[in-house]
Amino acid sequence: MIGELGHYALVLATFVAIIQSVVPLIGAHRGDRSMMALGSMSASGQFVCLSVAFAALTYAFVASDFSIATVAANSHSAKPMLYKVSGVWGNHEGSLLLWVLILALFGVAVVIFGANLPPTLKARVLAVQAMITVGFLLFMLGTSNPFERLDPVPLDGRDLNPLLQDPGLAFHPPMLYLGYVGFSMAFSFAVAALIEGRVDPAWARWVRPWTLLAWTFLTAGIALGSWWAYYELGWGGWWFWDPVENASFMPWLAGTALLHSAIVVEKRDALKSWTILLAIVAFSFSLIGTFLVRSGVLTSVHAFAVDPERGLFILALLVVAIGGSLTLYAIRAPQMKATGVFAPVSREGGLVLNNLLLSAALATVFIGTLYPLFLDAMTGQTVSVGPPFFNATFVPLMMPLVAVLAIGPMLAWKRADISGVFAKLIVAAGVTLVATGLVWWWAGGPLPAVLGMAFAIWLAAGVATEWAERIRLFRIPLGDSLRRAAGLPRAAYGMTLAHLGLAVFIVGAVADSFWTREIVIEADRGQVVEVAGYTVTFEGVRRTQGPNYVADTATLRVEADGAFLGTLSPERRFYPVQQTPTTEAAIRSTALGDLYVAIGDPIDGTRWILRVWFNPLVPWIWAGSILMVIGGIVSLTDRRLRVGAPRQQARPSGPTPTGAVAAGAD
Amino acid sequence: MSPKRKRLSVVVLGLSILGVAAALVLNAFEENLVFFFSPTELQAQEIGPDRRIRVGGLVEEGSVKQIGGGTVEFRVTDLESTVTVTYTGLLPDLFREGQGIVAQGRFASGTFLAEEVLAKHDENYLPKEVAEALKKSGQWHGQEGEASQ
Repeated sequence: MIGELGHYALVLATFVAIIQSVVPLIGAHRGDRSMMALGSMSASGQFVCLSVAFAALTYAFVASDFSIATVAANSHSAKPMLYKVSGVWGNHEGSLLLWVLILALFGVAVVIFGANLPPTLKARVLAVQAMITVGFLLFMLGTSNPFERLDPVPLDGRDLNPLLQDPGLAFHPPMLYLGYVGFSMAFSFAVAALIEGRVDPAWARWVRPWTLLAWTFLTAGIALGSWWAYYELGWGGWWFWDPVENASFMPWLAGTALLHSAIVVEKRDALKSWTILLAIVAFSFSLIGTFLVRSGVLTSVHAFAVDPERGLFILALLVVAIGGSLTLYAIRAPQMKATGVFAPVSREGGLVLNNLLLSAALATVFIGTLYPLFLDAMTGQTVSVGPPFFNATFVPLMMPLVAVLAIGPMLAWKRADISGVFAKLIVAAGVTLVATGLVWWWAGGPLPAVLGMAFAIWLAAGVATEWAERIRLFRIPLGDSLRRAAGLPRAAYGMTLAHLGLAVFIVGAVADSFWTREIVIEADRGQVVEVAGYTVTFEGVRRTQGPNYVADTATLRVEADGAFLGTLSPERRFYPVQQTPTTEAAIRSTALGDLYVAIGDPIDGTRWILRVWFNPLVPWIWAGSILMVIGGIVSLTDRRLRVGAPRQQARPSGPTPTGAVAAGAD
Repeated sequence: MSPKRKRLSVVVLGLSILGVAAALVLNAFEENLVFFFSPTELQAQEIGPDRRIRVGGLVEEGSVKQIGGGTVEFRVTDLESTVTVTYTGLLPDLFREGQGIVAQGRFASGTFLAEEVLAKHDENYLPKEVAEALKKSGQWHGQEGEASQ
């Protein structure tokens, strides 16, 4: 009964979405207010229907209703409650439902926060949002109905893949989807603007917070996924350039570029058609990312069940969404006339360079990810493209980006005084040289690692210089500087934190790429392993029992300089329902690095394969990601950007920023 | 600077960055494209130890043995030819005899020295490359695409 209710709500949502994608468009064309207003009502109605459907599926999972095929295939009565709930989106059908629910949530957000949007733009945005929803709902109802019934009803379910039975599942997919789907806002606004034939700074002021919100969620989602893979897979790594990882990284790159080019549209009324194109591209990559894992063309831990019918539908949906929006772009974009002119050396010029480098990097990731599929389809030759390819293409493109990133925020709009900026950066350059020298002396190479550190230090020093310049540190009395610091717009702090986060991230990523130490041995009880100053003693393995698995749990004593630091307990679990073993690594984290241990299969009963890593500075990777996310959040709370806050309400609090400070806010 | 020259400079900059990216991609493809071979293909072709390749097939029953130092040796078969593989480290959770795997590494003096061993995280699933290799050797009986998660 609950299942049918959910199914009915899905069908109802589809009809509401169809109405929403047509009527407001006609209304906007004719200037009919009541037809346009229907968009807001149907967006709310759609959200209610999808919430009912999602609640119904959640109920089915929680109550272990195995008459529903999705539940039977992905749940089990003995599964802990946390995984029953998060298991709702741990499968193809349920995750699609979550996707659409979030899409509808963003539609409602337009209704709630869009009170001061021009009515025609609002109607068109809601119509475009609804078109995306229609596509997804038809896909679900046609090929992936989450409420399909089973007859006869199985006694128990087939359980969730044990790798997914982790708290990470509760957070990683919803965050990622909030990011993916968040870009639909930029997309809808872009398509609506193309239909209207007009893009102005007000449009960019609308698009920016939504893009920033999506970017923040996507950053958090990718970082969470990376962290999850790091501790769950037991491979000691955090990023593998796996096609599915790339699928989430490509919209991030496009979104990052969009975030920066939208600034130019807002501030300077330039780069309009490019920004529209980026908005379309960012969401297109979100769609590709969502579907790449469902199309069956990838071999990956993320791959969902394969069904040729789905593949065709997916292809059709991508062609309509991406092809349609790009065609509209080709027709309408030439009308977008920029009024702002700028010299190549200027803030705008720096942001253009940022966009060019990010786009080129995006292109290399795209080629590396899809070339094997392409070659397989054309010649039948099977190849794989791994980390060495991306290290040789993506990384060299990031180096100039990071180098210029330290300079860009200090350039003035329109025309910048480059020698003046260089003069201000002399201290930062000195700091970089000295600190890099120290790193070289301390670590002794290799050269690429030291070079990578130099870029990170340069970026951090540049960010600090920019902040110090803004508050005129040491040039006016300290008290005045602090007052200025308190009065800086939050968007400025957001930028500073995010850029600093990137520097911190690079430190961790470079250190982990070059200075990781790994030891693999066959360990007897009492075996001692020395790594990075730690003394690890293997004290044997005992059998333990979990809620729905049995485990071999090892005990490892960790000591440094004779002092006992604690024990680590890596496990090898076996999940009887799915007949699947998993590896649970144990990690001891400090700011300097992670001691990471995993055990393998037993050899002749008493000896075990023991794998011990020291991964230096890995926590910096997470710290850098968190800084980027905090930067996004802080920037979103800026009163000027606050989602939906009418601009008239903005009133200065604290000292009024000077023109230079206000101009530097981004 | 006139608007025309300004636009030109942006275009030139954009094209040069794209050019650099294209050069990087082509160069990386030449060195880092990893080709897949079945054991039969491996026998038929001369492959030097300096090339990184992938080999896939089924782990032959009864062939897995520890040879000390955390190193394991096993044979991979496409049911027509076999190749001996050595690997040091933790094998994936679903590595077992009779299971389809893909190994990446180098082929030197008759042995495949694996740097990485991959198995699908699902007991029903055969890696796509392995299924293809089995089809080529005429030993294919299963069904493709039975992946589920």
